[in-house]
Amino acid sequence: MKKTDALIIGAGPTGLFTAHQLKLIGLDCEIVDNLDKIGGQCIELYPDKPIYDIPAVPECTGEELTNNLLNQLKPFDIKFHLSERVEEVKKEGNNWLVKTSGGNSFLTPNVIIAGGVGSFEPRKFSPKECEKFENKSLFYSVKDKNIFKGKTVSIFGGGDSALDWAIELSKESHVNLIHRRDEFRGAQATVDKMHALVKDGKINLFTKYQMANVHGEQTLESIDIKHDNDEMKSLKTEYVLGFFGLIMQLGPIANWGLNLNKKTVEVDTEKFETNQKGIYAVGDICNYPGKLKLILSGFHEGALAARACFKLARPDEKYRFEFTTTSTNLLKRLGKKE
Amino acid sequence: MAKITYITSDNQTHTVEVQNGLTVMEGAVQNDIPGIDADCGGGMACATCHVYVKDDWFNKIPKKEDGEDDMLDMAFEPKTNSRLSCQIIVSDELDGLEVNIPSKQA
Repeated sequence: MKKTDALIIGAGPTGLFTAHQLKLIGLDCEIVDNLDKIGGQCIELYPDKPIYDIPAVPECTGEELTNNLLNQLKPFDIKFHLSERVEEVKKEGNNWLVKTSGGNSFLTPNVIIAGGVGSFEPRKFSPKECEKFENKSLFYSVKDKNIFKGKTVSIFGGGDSALDWAIELSKESHVNLIHRRDEFRGAQATVDKMHALVKDGKINLFTKYQMANVHGEQTLESIDIKHDNDEMKSLKTEYVLGFFGLIMQLGPIANWGLNLNKKTVEVDTEKFETNQKGIYAVGDICNYPGKLKLILSGFHEGALAARACFKLARPDEKYRFEFTTTSTNLLKRLGKKE
Repeated sequence: MAKITYITSDNQTHTVEVQNGLTVMEGAVQNDIPGIDADCGGGMACATCHVYVKDDWFNKIPKKEDGEDDMLDMAFEPKTNSRLSCQIIVSDELDGLEVNIPSKQA
């Protein structure tokens, strides 16, 4: 079990700047994020889209913003736990015991939820029957491509993930590629390569079709796909892969006894604390009168929550407000002074 | 100003007046119409404001711009008359528009 002054859930811009504020005032922190990379929505949803309303940054993309925030964190040693979702938050004395899907557990007086609109999860097939085969013969990501060798794999989707796997698996498997329209949003070179493989008979392409049903007792035997014009087709297949991108789900946060309002968590505007002492919510996931879902608001919220964390992490010390321009303490932490 | 009717998947109809310039998504969110999540807040980045537009209206409203179909690939049960409601801007011409909300957004 790891002990830390504060645990941040979410490595988006708000989580990153909150970490900066915690380290600046002398507190330790670690960050958990369900995505496999740092940056949250900025990286997952709009890495290339310019943002124009970050104070003093006239224009930057989601990716640039993330990189700048990481640069700002360079003086500090912060441990990231990526591809892990926080599953459980439980009271233990004056601390919170936090457990993740990756088997990590943390003991901390402060938990800061900077979770955006929740954790990113793969979008799934709509027919309910698909759940039965999930993680057995139906997957939303590939962990071990060797299981597909010599088998028939039906791949759904029109983006780079679907195309890349269709091309890769066509070397040693029978591949069906199914997409809801004729256009693909993957990189043009990849689309061209896929079409060439279709021509050579290495990939069976079905466009304007979507998943309608799955059949099989213990193992998957076949699927039905439905054309825009309602025509049905049955395909024998041993495996199914679906690549429909990610969706944000509130997930386990709903079970932590917090005051929820739709997909947001109610907080006060002094500490950004929830109805549970020592659990804070900052950024898009928090709600209070006048809340603006802007990145700049997240920075302010994180700065105040960090100060509130100090009281619980260092109950015997008094927090002193200081400026980075003049404080020897802060400059030392930033590595600017010996 | 346009009267817009939102029909939920359990066939409840909600007719509200939406100001010109707002999007069909905003009209739903501001009037607490269930079934439109709009997680990304109108950035065409999440496909959780997905609606079906009745055929006669589908051809009348402004066409999809680049990127909308890419996002619709990820929507829950997309059809040929699918749109992202954050991309439909309300004007007087849209008075009487009816949209169907899917049974879920994800």
